[in-house]
Amino acid sequence: MDWTRKSAFEIREAVSRREVLARAVLEAHLARIDAVDPRLHAFLTVSRDEARAQADAVDAGAAKGPLAGVPVAVKDNMCTRGVRTTCASRSLEQFKPPYDATVVTRLREAGAVLLGKTNLDEFAMGSSTENSAFQKTLNPWDLSRIPGGSSGGSAAAVAADLAACATGSDTGGSIRQPAALCGVTGLKPTYGRVSRYGLVAFASSLDQIGPMTKDTRDAALLLSVLAGHDPMDATSAPLVVPDYLAALEKGVKGMRLGLPREYFGSGMDPEVEASVRAAVATYARLGAEVVDVSLPNTSHGIATYYLVAPAEASSNLARYDGVHYGHRAATYEGLLSMYSRSREEGFGAEVKRRIMLGTFALSAGYYDAYYNKALKVRRLIKQDFDRAWERVDAIVCPTSPIPAFKVGEKSDDPLAMYLCDVLTVTLNLAGLPGVSVPCGFTKGGLPVGLQVIGKAFDEETVLRVARAFERETDFHRRQAPLE
Amino acid sequence: MVVGLEVHVQLKTRTKLFCGCPTAFGQEPNTQVCPVCLGLPGALPVLNRRAFDLGMRAALALNCEIARFTKFDRKNYFYPDLPKGYQISQYDLPFCREGWLDVEVEGKTSRIGIERIHLEEDAGKLVHPDRIPYSLVDLNRTGMPLCEVVSKPDMRLPEEAHAYLTSLKSILQYVDVSDCDMEKGTLRCDANVSIRPRGETRLLTRVEIKNLNSFKFLVKALKHEADRQAKVLAGGGRIVQETRLWDQAAEVTRPMRSKEEAHDYRYFPEPDLVPIKVDDAWIAEVRRSIPELPKARRERYVREHGLKDYDAGVLTADKEVASYFDTLVAAGMPAANASKWIQKNVLALLNDKKVGVDALKITPAQFALLDRLVVEGKITAASGTEVFSACVLTGEDPQAAVARLGLAQISDTGAIEEACAKAIADNPKPVADYKAGKQASLMFLVGQVMKATRGKANAQEVQKTLERLLAL
Repeated sequence: MDWTRKSAFEIREAVSRREVLARAVLEAHLARIDAVDPRLHAFLTVSRDEARAQADAVDAGAAKGPLAGVPVAVKDNMCTRGVRTTCASRSLEQFKPPYDATVVTRLREAGAVLLGKTNLDEFAMGSSTENSAFQKTLNPWDLSRIPGGSSGGSAAAVAADLAACATGSDTGGSIRQPAALCGVTGLKPTYGRVSRYGLVAFASSLDQIGPMTKDTRDAALLLSVLAGHDPMDATSAPLVVPDYLAALEKGVKGMRLGLPREYFGSGMDPEVEASVRAAVATYARLGAEVVDVSLPNTSHGIATYYLVAPAEASSNLARYDGVHYGHRAATYEGLLSMYSRSREEGFGAEVKRRIMLGTFALSAGYYDAYYNKALKVRRLIKQDFDRAWERVDAIVCPTSPIPAFKVGEKSDDPLAMYLCDVLTVTLNLAGLPGVSVPCGFTKGGLPVGLQVIGKAFDEETVLRVARAFERETDFHRRQAPLE
Repeated sequence: MVVGLEVHVQLKTRTKLFCGCPTAFGQEPNTQVCPVCLGLPGALPVLNRRAFDLGMRAALALNCEIARFTKFDRKNYFYPDLPKGYQISQYDLPFCREGWLDVEVEGKTSRIGIERIHLEEDAGKLVHPDRIPYSLVDLNRTGMPLCEVVSKPDMRLPEEAHAYLTSLKSILQYVDVSDCDMEKGTLRCDANVSIRPRGETRLLTRVEIKNLNSFKFLVKALKHEADRQAKVLAGGGRIVQETRLWDQAAEVTRPMRSKEEAHDYRYFPEPDLVPIKVDDAWIAEVRRSIPELPKARRERYVREHGLKDYDAGVLTADKEVASYFDTLVAAGMPAANASKWIQKNVLALLNDKKVGVDALKITPAQFALLDRLVVEGKITAASGTEVFSACVLTGEDPQAAVARLGLAQISDTGAIEEACAKAIADNPKPVADYKAGKQASLMFLVGQVMKATRGKANAQEVQKTLERLLAL
């Protein structure tokens, strides 16, 4: 039995029924990491000893829970006590948090076996994982291409069966876009559904943690563990968490699915469009009513996002000043010099770019024209969706306008890179939930993702609509040709 | 002179403003910290509800209008005592505005406006050891809950500023919002000072003064700065808008920040905290929690106890003292006497020994008894003071002290008559003067009897006896 080909749900069932030891499942995954990751570079840290101890505890009956024995990878911008948490940045290269993120605590309490920390774009800023200060993660479907970003390490790990599932974070598409490019399932919950305590902040009003999995059932399972109010996060919603697994198989018959015309514009790869339209046809065949909707402020999404996110980031990253933790320059003359050198050395180019952009947008004299204006447009974008919800139950569209591109193809053109997010940022701005599921492949064998968007706190509908398509196809079961 | 004061008080909560660290004072450096107040990656602030309630209490006690919608903002700047690189404060929508308090200077009352009060977290402390080329950072104080009270530029004299600060401290202590202790740093004051020609109604360029560590220095600094500005203008110069530090050794103000180093704080709404909607029910709940304020208490003392306004004022200046007054009255001491005892004896002792009323070992019942001994003539008033001093910090029973010190007043008519007769016999000239009409000589004779009895004779009895004997 190759336990690395199993889903998290299947592993959990087998371990609970004592059909297999958690330790055996873990060793299979560690062996595959040893064999494959030297080519993929998905992991920054593999915590073998800790994982073995956790697996042994599950086998001894000491650790139970809905994820008992399931090997999980954690994106390296989520704090894990005593385990290096770098955010793929030199500024935190040696940082070991003295505490666990709430989601990590919840994973532990659910009996999960934490494999290690996955690679990302530095401080989650990027769409290709090329901005990592340490290594470039490659796409398991084509090692000359990027896996997407910023949760590229988690996406690649799940796609290559190095982990049964993983956590990612999504600020402008960083779970959904790499999921689409790597042929896995990635869900961004409603803002406030999952605690951000312990997630190293990029843009506080946009960040959310979510599951990256092999299928929708695993996404439902992982989300049910991660979700729920946290008193340590004042922005986490005090709402009851529904049983996501229970609602999964309800199908789409009689549902109204919106197709936003602005999401099928020019610049879309024709093969991507073809796959997504085929998926829409499948929905129609399954009994859903497909409705044309308009989200007119979509075109302002990128501009709005690239004002709000960097502005918040410029403030969130001020703490990396070399004073009380993180990288401090070896030599300096005075306080200002210490600050400048430490941050110059600690941050990569894209991070610096966004800090400068954000600082500018908040500056005296510019605040009203840029940041404040962006907040107003943000409200308009949300109102577009509010109007759409009067006519449809969920929205379907592509996740990324293009499939995985070559390593280095866009890294000299930041704006071209930013446009990868055009179909995903609007959800972060509006705070809505969205999932990407595999819906096809290009002729070149590159995965294409379908995005399902739902009303606030309606992850049940999002998963249900995604699952209805998934069970009609086997795109999610195909294995990346890595051997 | 035109003065406005910005006062920071630390709120009396158990824990910090955005995390669960305790607010205890004087701990080992960097021990009273957690991921949140240290600004570790991934940590998030959560508002301490009690701090907000105390802020609202202060707002109500200072007659402010409470905002129905308020939020927090980030104030961004880099400094080693600011671990997040920003301070969570309130910028454009503070939780209250438009308050006032009345101050009295030399019998004249004036109303000083309060522009706004807002909540914010404190920063840490930097220690700069002598002759060492680095500074030490102690982050215990980061995240402590502060209220910043910004007055309107309504003060016109250094004494008025002193009275405002005294009043503010008294009110905030009264409503149990803060200890307002300048030595412990739970009360800090910066001043904004400008001068203008008499009759000028516009506000002219102001200078901010920092590092005012005591009420005394506040007054000195204001006087000095006003003089300095006057000299600058007289010499044909212009006042530069700047921040100056009070140098308490040299007793001058010195420039601190130049314009090039002025910060752009890039304020924006704090995305990690949700805005707060305050409704009538919440305000009413806070209002119910406010104890009687100094002014109301003073007026009540005048009304209910018949005290003079001045005396009521002295008694109510400090809440603890006023409470002590109440316990003495409750123990049976007449209000006027309690007022005298406190003003004459208790306050001096508290100031001298730097203790609070909880250090007094004499019980209210014992104190009332002591007062009765004086009222009933068992001991003289002077003896009363002596007994007080003996008993107040030891808890000795006053009657036992009277016996031990041999202070029982001599009211025995025989003994008094004897002593008077002796005084008359020993002082023929004053006797003759008195008989000739000089009243003062009688008092001289009374004094002689008091001296001979070592103050223990009942003075009124002595006088009556002498008058009787001399009339013969």
